[in-house]
Amino acid sequence: MQATQPIEKRAAERGVSGRTFRAAAWLGWQIEANWTDPVIFFIYSVIKPLSGAAILVVMYSVITNANFEDPMFAYIYLGNAFYIYVAAVLTGVSWTVIDDREIYRMLKYIYIAPVHVPVYLLGRGFAKFAFGSLAVFITIVVGVFFLNLPLDLSLVNWPLFIVSLTMGIVMLAMMGLVLGSVMLLIVNNANFMGEAVAGALYLFSGAIFPLTVLPAWLQPVGYIAPISYWLELIRRALVGNIAQSFPTFAQFSNGQLLAILAGLTLLFTVLGFVVFRYCDHQARERGYIDRVTNF
Amino acid sequence: MDRVPKNSGWRLFVQTVIGRAYPRIIGLLREHSWFFFEVFLPVLSVAAYVFIYRAIGAADVFIGFVVMGGAMTAFWLNILWSMSSQMYWEKQTGNLALYIMAPNSLMAILLGMAFGGLFSTGLRALVITLAGSLLFDVHFEVANYLLLFAVFMLTMVALYGMGMMTASLFLLLNREAWHYANLAQEPVYLASGFYFPIKSLNFWVAAGASVIPLTLGLDAMRQLSFRGGVELGFLPVQTELAILAGLCVVFLIGARWLLSYMERLAVREGRLTDGRR
Repeated sequence: MQATQPIEKRAAERGVSGRTFRAAAWLGWQIEANWTDPVIFFIYSVIKPLSGAAILVVMYSVITNANFEDPMFAYIYLGNAFYIYVAAVLTGVSWTVIDDREIYRMLKYIYIAPVHVPVYLLGRGFAKFAFGSLAVFITIVVGVFFLNLPLDLSLVNWPLFIVSLTMGIVMLAMMGLVLGSVMLLIVNNANFMGEAVAGALYLFSGAIFPLTVLPAWLQPVGYIAPISYWLELIRRALVGNIAQSFPTFAQFSNGQLLAILAGLTLLFTVLGFVVFRYCDHQARERGYIDRVTNF
Repeated sequence: MDRVPKNSGWRLFVQTVIGRAYPRIIGLLREHSWFFFEVFLPVLSVAAYVFIYRAIGAADVFIGFVVMGGAMTAFWLNILWSMSSQMYWEKQTGNLALYIMAPNSLMAILLGMAFGGLFSTGLRALVITLAGSLLFDVHFEVANYLLLFAVFMLTMVALYGMGMMTASLFLLLNREAWHYANLAQEPVYLASGFYFPIKSLNFWVAAGASVIPLTLGLDAMRQLSFRGGVELGFLPVQTELAILAGLCVVFLIGARWLLSYMERLAVREGRLTDGRR
């Protein structure tokens, strides 16, 4: 009897976590999408990322006379397209704290409900992941059909793509959990935190230009940015021949890069729950859970 | 007992403008964290676009264009989040009903927000320009300081007039306000040519985007500030100046008319205190 109790308890906790994740993802979906009708929402979801990509396309075409065959174009375009996930997942998970504490003022009720709060934050981020996926897909489709993006589906290394994409998304979600945990303790400008981290990573992760373009003293920052490895793997999986044109990570094989990404994912998973535990405790002790700062 | 003198008419109008501008200006001095977030973040964006241009071998004039465009994003963000959607925020925090009940004009409140926003954002834009110029070694060659100042001021009057006009539209919005403001960010960066010369777009697209005062203002300022800027200009500076002057008149009159109409509509439909999130 006694031996079965921990097993039952673990199963019950798994049940709570699963229910929490599903409910949070559904809630996130509703919050993101139900403010307007589906057509306007679809337009809203694709216009923003397409405009971001179009800025880069115009800049590139002005300087290179629209030479979209150059490997640099595919490098910039794909890096920018997949960077949408960074803004969606990393910022999405962390923004939930602001959304629920400041805007909807529901965080205190979430805390007293029988839910697992970190899983709830991750579930809310899942909805943003879904919308982000739509934006990434449309951005790439536009690139292939209108800008001669050299993406040949028969040449894509699908196993590498799926494994790297999955690990990268998990890593981003866990980075978002770290950020969201810290935001539980921040009074002023917490709403800028996600933007600041995403902006810094955009610059230093080689998303839109090879790290070698950065001044030599800034390049090490790019090499320690976890997203650099993820984007390199995505490029190698989708357009392997083009990725070879940029020697930034040439010294690493696919297997080594995957191992680094797996290590970073594990690190951020552990870090996410440890940092959440600490910040959550501090926020409860200081009475920050139901605080409204009006940003 | 002495009665406190009460202002009315134009004195109340001016007092309201000063009263609403005050927190925006004094906030700069009391809360310094804005410096990190509102200067550091735009500089990060500017740096990213500068490095793209360097990666594809662009001429130095484009680096200057990016720095100037990056500085001007501060004004667009101010218009979006602190002018247009301000009425929505005020509604959420319960101030809007107080504004309506108070014996002052909503137009004066919007003007106060505009003056305060213009001052504080001008300071941010200046710091971004200085930081960007120092970091990326941008050389300005101003052809005519007086004309540059005139273009900047007309752009700002037209832009903040536009902000005042759109603010009244946001009186009717609820949760969707945040999304609409969010939607108007990147597309306007694209249409107004914040990071490239607007001339690069199709003529009619650029002409359409000229409804946003920053499009022509930025183009004219680039023509006046950089060697080679004139060749990359969309229209002659004098023409752009005349169009900007027209936009000032249209937006200021439009703001006054639309505000009065929307206020009546919002009162009639009971949306002024309707804080659905």
